[in-house]
Amino acid sequence: MDWKVLLEQAPSGGMTYLGWLASGLFWTLAVSACAWVIAFAVGSVVGVARTVPLAAARLAATAYVELFRNIPLLVQMFLWYFVMPEVIPKDWGDWLKQDMPNLLTLPFAAQFSLWEFTAAVLCLGLYTASRVAEQVRSGIQSLPRGQTSAGLAIGLTLPQVYRHVTLPMAYRIIIPPMTSEFLTIFKNSSTALTIGVLELTAQSRQISEYTFKTFEAFTAATLIYIAITMTVIFAMRALEKRVAVPGYIAQGGGH
Amino acid sequence: MAEMDWSVVWKYREALWDGMLTSLKLFAIALAGGIFFGTLLALARLARWKALSVPAAGFVNLIRAIPFIMAIFWFYFLTPMIVSKFTGQQGEAVGPFTSAVVAFIMVESAYYSEIIRAGIQSIPRGQPWAAYALGMNYRQSMVHIVLPQAFRNMLPVMLTQAVILFQDTSLVYVVALKDFLGAASKAGQLTGRIVELYLFVAVVFFLVCFAASWAVKRLQARLAVSR
Amino acid sequence: MIDLRAVSKWFGTFQVLKDCTTRVAKGEVVVVCGPSGSGKSTLIKAVNGLEPFQKGEIFVNGISVGDPRTNLPKLRAHIGMVFQNFELFPHMSITANLTLAQVKVLGRSREEAEAKGLKLLDRVGLLSQKDKFPGQLSGGQQQRVAIARALSMDPIAMLFDEPTSALDPEMINEVLDVMVELAREGMTMMVVTHEMGFARKVAHRVVFMDHGQIVEDCPKDDFFGSPRSERAQAFLSKILHH
Repeated sequence: MDWKVLLEQAPSGGMTYLGWLASGLFWTLAVSACAWVIAFAVGSVVGVARTVPLAAARLAATAYVELFRNIPLLVQMFLWYFVMPEVIPKDWGDWLKQDMPNLLTLPFAAQFSLWEFTAAVLCLGLYTASRVAEQVRSGIQSLPRGQTSAGLAIGLTLPQVYRHVTLPMAYRIIIPPMTSEFLTIFKNSSTALTIGVLELTAQSRQISEYTFKTFEAFTAATLIYIAITMTVIFAMRALEKRVAVPGYIAQGGGH
Repeated sequence: MAEMDWSVVWKYREALWDGMLTSLKLFAIALAGGIFFGTLLALARLARWKALSVPAAGFVNLIRAIPFIMAIFWFYFLTPMIVSKFTGQQGEAVGPFTSAVVAFIMVESAYYSEIIRAGIQSIPRGQPWAAYALGMNYRQSMVHIVLPQAFRNMLPVMLTQAVILFQDTSLVYVVALKDFLGAASKAGQLTGRIVELYLFVAVVFFLVCFAASWAVKRLQARLAVSR
Repeated sequence: MIDLRAVSKWFGTFQVLKDCTTRVAKGEVVVVCGPSGSGKSTLIKAVNGLEPFQKGEIFVNGISVGDPRTNLPKLRAHIGMVFQNFELFPHMSITANLTLAQVKVLGRSREEAEAKGLKLLDRVGLLSQKDKFPGQLSGGQQQRVAIARALSMDPIAMLFDEPTSALDPEMINEVLDVMVELAREGMTMMVVTHEMGFARKVAHRVVFMDHGQIVEDCPKDDFFGSPRSERAQAFLSKILHH
């Protein structure tokens, strides 16, 4: 074991190997957070669309979920990064590949451009949206049917029922599965290393290649992943408690 | 937008087919190994003996906390080292495919153990009680009474996980193993026809996984009725 | 045959059994009754070691149940048990339910086990159902199969844990009839039940439990004639007047 290697000066970036790991963590979190915004927004819309009394909306939403769920994430990553610039008008594609700004100016300077980052975020976000949509749908469908009827009966419109009755309950119910979806995005963000995003896993491998201290490099990255996972789980438990409705047993609680 | 030339898929059909066979082989071994070791892990986690349940829980939670790719890197690094320690041979004795297989079995056993544990816990306590009351021991009550019912209850979830596993086999790309995606990638580099090849891979994966998911849903509906 | 000496059990800090002492002699039928939550189900499950207990001793045929060296599976193979929720194995046919333990535990041949099982199935009047699955039978039929399953192991004693309380009223008698017949043949039985008609008909002794304690333990006629404790009187008047 030689943990001091992490404090040695790395060959690039003007930082130590520990700095590389920190930079990797920064990009892992940046990709995950941006992708989560897309996943949550698109997933909510698609999930709600799967429950509305409008056949065309339901069909489109189902098609979305099936399409994104049945193609491996890594293949989707390649479709966004390699294939998309080739099938859109040539000028646009060239702009994506060549003219997107390099990220060297940002903190934790990276040797990849905004296009790699964007492709990774789009891919992870839209892929996870299909999973979030399923959670939203099952959350809505787990509510008693009488709730919607009761809302309509007091004169609310259907969108108002969703806004004030259905969704507030459904989102509370799905906090635990949404936590695991966020952790899934966080872990899946390592797939972005295949298109050159130097996130945490990529950095730990790079350190192992430069220093041959594979065990130390992998252990350090693994510990960081565990620490973040635990932080998220505790934070979400706290959130779950704060928004809990008295007298209504959340699905995650008890046994 | 560039012109498409799909003949490249036909030209590289043999390499693509070989890649698909590698993917299927990895899938089958990882599935069998994952369910087998996953069952053992689940039983260990449910054991009253802490020396068994704590390490099992630790392993499962560790694997589930790190990215699949990180786990592949780990076992890709560890397997040759551990094997050479036991056999005295050099690391080259273990090929990349074996290392990948070990990585996939380890990761899948952690995922499957969670499914199987839930399956075992879904069986009412009276069932093992009835088995014990008839004089069966722990092994007999598990093998004949609890596990058959647990597997039956969990069949749809286990098959859904199998579809996910099939998709995940594409991750061996990161250790340069020539699976289906790897073969397409190689052909794409040789011909510059990356667009056609990646689209072809996407379509094949979609058709296989969509058909399989649909079959699982049908099975689930049938099981729900017969219960 | 069954000998309980000062048995105590705790779930955490809550004491569910308090110094329970009673015995069932060979050929005797003992009915255990009491309000729900009184610990009677826990007590009968302690007899064959399904519920571990922390203090006291239980002997079955001279063998200590609580002793860690006791081969519990071997002991249980000779004590039949019938559960409140039948607990037939839902993934197996009726015949397989009757033969599995005979083959795997007693080492009987498949033919021998099947002959024995079907003979007992005939005895409870359900031979025609032998190829069905438990889910296809009514509750009363399932419980009769469960009794046949327990008898197929040639038990030296039978434990019944509220065998009729999960049944619809019209099915209770078909199960009680089988139990009465069994009692009249001289089977040693310990029965947790609220069926006081059954107790009057065949019990030798009645044990009344409340709050984890054995409050009354006396011959049947004494119990129904003049129960000594107020709690037993209150229980009897509640249960007999509906």
